[in-house]
Amino acid sequence: MILGLAFVAIAGLILVAADHIDAPATMTGDSGDITDVYAFQGQDTNNLVFAVNTQGLLSPNATTTAKFSENVLVEINIDNNADNVEDLVIQAIKRGDKMYFFGPYKPSATGASSTISTSAASGSVAISAYGATPVTSTNNGMKFFAGPRDDPFFFDLGQFKAILGGTATGFNNPGTDTFAGTNVMAIVVEVPKTMLGGTSSLNVWAETKKKQ
Amino acid sequence: MKNINKFNILIVALTGVLTFTSCDDNDNNDNNEPTVDFSGTYVQQDQMARPAINTVFIAAGAPKDEFNSTIPSMMGTKYQMVFQDRLMALNAGYTTNALGMDAATFTGALATDVLNVSKTGKTTFFDGTNVLTGRALADDVIDVELLLIFGGPMGTSNPGLTSDHVDANDKAFLTAFPYLAGAW
Repeated sequence: MILGLAFVAIAGLILVAADHIDAPATMTGDSGDITDVYAFQGQDTNNLVFAVNTQGLLSPNATTTAKFSENVLVEINIDNNADNVEDLVIQAIKRGDKMYFFGPYKPSATGASSTISTSAASGSVAISAYGATPVTSTNNGMKFFAGPRDDPFFFDLGQFKAILGGTATGFNNPGTDTFAGTNVMAIVVEVPKTMLGGTSSLNVWAETKKKQ
Repeated sequence: MKNINKFNILIVALTGVLTFTSCDDNDNNDNNEPTVDFSGTYVQQDQMARPAINTVFIAAGAPKDEFNSTIPSMMGTKYQMVFQDRLMALNAGYTTNALGMDAATFTGALATDVLNVSKTGKTTFFDGTNVLTGRALADDVIDVELLLIFGGPMGTSNPGLTSDHVDANDKAFLTAFPYLAGAW
């Protein structure tokens, strides 16, 4: 009984993050909760890198069994003309022990429903195992990675929750990184900027989409 | 059902043949084998761009699920007032922030959850010079957002709330692909 209450209390405290653990109820068990999205210039500044992290707050032990789902499509949406509608998508989905990538390509339809155009296949990479050297692949100027990584996000979420809850009036100095020592399931793709449309700036967002 | 089963058997048979015949004549060929099934329709469940926006501005439970299943082009109209009410609840004294945005302008910008990314220069959430030109791994995005929510027009208001004093990740990032640090 006491153990049960303690668990509920801890679960309440651990809630939320950057977007960690905001998984829609419908996605429970489907590995579809996005924790963070990054978009930055690559080591080769002719390229942009997109990283989409899912399944936040994985302990090292939990990471050993964490998996991508074959029913969850991870989609990077790219808007070239500032109307917040995707002009290009990059899609990633697991099949077997590999992550397959499509695009950047113009989707046949925009919005909440997507299909995968196999003619837009751009590469694949073996999903890296926990604790192993990361496996990457390169194809047509693009680079691909999928597997467990350290969560790059850092935030004293615990103290922020205490402030919101009225039990603290400010942050501590130094703060405590709630995400220290935790992992995510990461998908990283590096793309030549020339494949991302002719405009000088983009609007980017990630979605997870579940197979119906 | 029977037809589907037959179809599956056919696919499996074909897969075997194709796999068998696709010899190792092109080591660089990472393209998808034509036999892997990618059919079907996939429907949006989660959406994310700017860090922590959903977490801070949308209530837990059903509202969060609904926000996550909304496409960005529909977000501005639907969520600007929700964000503004939340902003004023977080900081009742909000007037403008360090970007000179009043509550309606600031929340109007935030409610459409997309990440602005430059293709022509440095990519950073904010580095003192560049504003919202991307999001790099090491960017202290939380401090930027706290400053804009709580810091007032000069960034000097509510000093206990404008930084969480966690300024860096707990592992060093890599300089080369895949850039993220190895798992713990």
